[in-house]
Amino acid sequence: MPFIPHTHADKESMLETLGIASIADLFDEIPDRIKCDSLPDIPDGISEMAMLHHMAHRAQEDASGVCFLGAGCYDHYIPAAVWDIASRGEFLTAYTPYQAEASQGTLQLVYEFQTMLASLTAMDVANASVYDGASALAEAILMAVRVNRKSKSRRVLVPASLHPSYLATVRSIVTHQGIELELMTSHEGLTAVSDVDLENAVAVVVQHPNFLGLLEDVDVLTNRAHDVDALVIGVVNPMSLALLKPPGDWGDTGADIVCGDGQPLGIPMASGGPSFGFLCTRMIHVRQLPGRIAGRTQDKDGNHGFVLTLQAREQHIRRAKATSNICTNQGLLVTAATIYMTLLGPQGLHEIASSCVHNTHRLVDRLTELPNVSMRFATPYFHECVLDFGESTEALQQRMLDNGILPGYPLTGLIDKGDQAMLVCATEVRTEQDIDRYYQELTNG
Amino acid sequence: MVETIFDKSRPTRRAVAQRVKEGFAQQPLPEHQLRSAPPMLPEVSELQAVRHFTNLARKNFSIDTHFYPLGSCTMKYNPRGVHRAAMQEGFLNRHPLTPTSHSQGVLACLFELQELLQNVTGTAQVCLTPMAGAQGELTGALMIKAYHTDNNDHERTEIIVPTAAHGTNPATASMAGLIAKEVEVDADGDVDLESLKRVVGPKTAGIMLTNPSTCAVFERRIQAISDIVHDAGGLLYYDGANLNAILGRARPGDMQFDVLHLNLHKTFATPHGGGGPGAGPVGANELLAPYLPTPMVTKTENGYGWLDRSVRPKSIGRLSSFMGNVGILLRAYAYSMMLGANGMRNVSAYATLNANYLMKRLSNAGFHPAYPDRRATHEFAISLRQEAKATGVTAMDFAKRLLDYGFHAPTTYFPLLIPECFLIEPTETETKEELDAFADAMIAILKEAQTDPDLVKQAPHQQPVGRLDEVQAVRQLDVTAH
Ligand SMILES: Cc1ncc(COP(=O)(O)O)c(C=O)c1O
Repeated sequence: MPFIPHTHADKESMLETLGIASIADLFDEIPDRIKCDSLPDIPDGISEMAMLHHMAHRAQEDASGVCFLGAGCYDHYIPAAVWDIASRGEFLTAYTPYQAEASQGTLQLVYEFQTMLASLTAMDVANASVYDGASALAEAILMAVRVNRKSKSRRVLVPASLHPSYLATVRSIVTHQGIELELMTSHEGLTAVSDVDLENAVAVVVQHPNFLGLLEDVDVLTNRAHDVDALVIGVVNPMSLALLKPPGDWGDTGADIVCGDGQPLGIPMASGGPSFGFLCTRMIHVRQLPGRIAGRTQDKDGNHGFVLTLQAREQHIRRAKATSNICTNQGLLVTAATIYMTLLGPQGLHEIASSCVHNTHRLVDRLTELPNVSMRFATPYFHECVLDFGESTEALQQRMLDNGILPGYPLTGLIDKGDQAMLVCATEVRTEQDIDRYYQELTNG
Repeated sequence: MVETIFDKSRPTRRAVAQRVKEGFAQQPLPEHQLRSAPPMLPEVSELQAVRHFTNLARKNFSIDTHFYPLGSCTMKYNPRGVHRAAMQEGFLNRHPLTPTSHSQGVLACLFELQELLQNVTGTAQVCLTPMAGAQGELTGALMIKAYHTDNNDHERTEIIVPTAAHGTNPATASMAGLIAKEVEVDADGDVDLESLKRVVGPKTAGIMLTNPSTCAVFERRIQAISDIVHDAGGLLYYDGANLNAILGRARPGDMQFDVLHLNLHKTFATPHGGGGPGAGPVGANELLAPYLPTPMVTKTENGYGWLDRSVRPKSIGRLSSFMGNVGILLRAYAYSMMLGANGMRNVSAYATLNANYLMKRLSNAGFHPAYPDRRATHEFAISLRQEAKATGVTAMDFAKRLLDYGFHAPTTYFPLLIPECFLIEPTETETKEELDAFADAMIAILKEAQTDPDLVKQAPHQQPVGRLDEVQAVRQLDVTAH
């Protein structure tokens, strides 16, 4: 019996204590009609060795190539210590820290995480995570509508250059509370600030860098939104904030809510999950922030310690009136991200981000030496760029894949003439040789 | 005085775990887009970082270090082999947007997991993307809503939840734009059918039920409930948090549930990670399957592939950036392979045996099960009301004192309708010796409550900190170190 420790003698003595003949008797309250005596379509169990053999085989089938894909998930190097420590049983197999005195490790770590995220985004407070970047944006929009009660409207403006999966997720979630999403038009890949009718907007979403890797005019967008009393929700890549102006400093007064996906901070790509979503805000809005928050307090002897605080926002206390239904979050990934940020420090994170920017620019410079390859948008970009290949990218993509290169994300259906374009990314792990290989494969074609 | 990592920070100190070549040319980014001051991240050596977080880890209770009988959470052993299976390079390095031609390994695992969960739950189709139980609930509520909308049934705005339901149920209803209507639970812990008949009607979109219920008893009249709700045109949602109790012995699909979620981080042994991640796959019968979220995994003669909105037009849509918590799904898959059909049935058998045994030991010692005439399921509730009245020692005090005895506390004050409640879930992976030791600790604490109540009221005494002041934490909000 895998993982069940009972000896025959244990079982017999327990049944005797219970005064019953067999374990089956314990299920006598379940009506016979709905009982099942077997699971005929499920195979017999196998050993750990056999399972690992099978899983190793499956993992090898996905021999991925040299990755120039980004589009919301990035191939960064993760220092060995990050997962060595995050995988310790005391972090891995603890539950949500409801019993604070028995969970000081997790609670202090979350408090330190909140501090790091707040500083990175230049906001006052961060929560302990939500599921992922897309669902974080959905939560941010719901929160903005609760915060901006003055506004009678439910009109939320989102950029056309928003990550398409984020847009789809937001649509699935927020429209059920009567929120109207309206796309702002883009011009040359950027939100067309002057074309946007901001009247009556409750909130304006700004993704920066946007899905196409471009730098938006965040100062102007923020100021214009604030002029009409709309809240500004920033969607950011935390890695980019080592270099870019943090959302708290956008425009004259800064963004009001900031969210994003924490994957670049020490989380393996792992098919896109688990990662974590983060949410930061101003202190005045903290009571509308969903998710758990760790706070510092004292015991009766004045020793500092940490607890979950402001729990009256959450489902287990407030039930139907809670700020969100979220319960289980992405704690272990927050643990990894906190260790990652600690190992890198401000200088290290700055270097990695610079290296990503540098490598992608090098890649773009190199590839655009070819006569048929060009940059689609002539605006500054961070560590992703849309390249136009002058022909359908389908065959090209397949050929590169077969030669061990993931060449980028095809933009078919996402931008004008998207079938000829790909979003490319070269993080700090891509070498000069990797970039050369990409170039060679292209010229071979 | 606890030192945070920021207290250990010194300007210019660095870890060398990751360094890239320095000295890049001028940043190609416009000046006005740049950050003016660096973020305040700690500046420590690699050893300082490793030591700090290792020492933090040691301040946690966890399954690997302590018995953790947290009701409704299924804190069973999280197998290390399963963890290793999911932490392989091939899985970790796969970019989520890698074309399917180069993703057949992970897709095969996910497809087989979909099929396996369909079999275990008795549903027609399963979608794996919801990232925890609560997101599964939202999925189900949105599917129910979409079904009614599809039938031009626009008046169905209410969803029924028992008074004892988990907080996520009513919170989900609100998030889905529905109104949560409460139904009473009777003295035996079952849904009160008269109360149900009163709240059900033409506005009923559906009902959300956990079975075994959050009162830790099996809902015996599930057939009658199903008939009442279905006859009124409503649908049945199954909250799978307690599936460990009936795994391989009763299937929600056979109980007439239309849609359900599972908590893989409970029943399928994936680690809770100090709060998450989890996974909350959703299954549905033929009626509701077309509304399942995307993406799902399909198998064709050309191999495995994704099903998206273009082939599932009725789908409620996407709920995550990519494909949910794949790493957790892989763990659940690996765990299921090790268990097999018999292993699954043993899970429910021994989880139930352990809970009933522990309940018996505690009631023999004078504690009061909330439903003394009922079988325990995989868990059971006791009420410490009489003890609290006699000694002034509350369930919370008991919980804190248990920590000093080396046990994580059970779930306290849930469900709320049981006064001074302990919800105790030992799980199948604990030995009889551990259960006996826990019962002995409860008995010892009861004695302390009678002879030296202050000792219990001031607990814990042997933890890194004494009982923390949660009121101060709210009044003088301190949520960042700077
Ligand atoms: C009965 C019940 N329903 C729902 C949930 C929510 O699940 P999750 O935490 O995975 O979102 C829980 C988890 O604690 C639960 O016990």
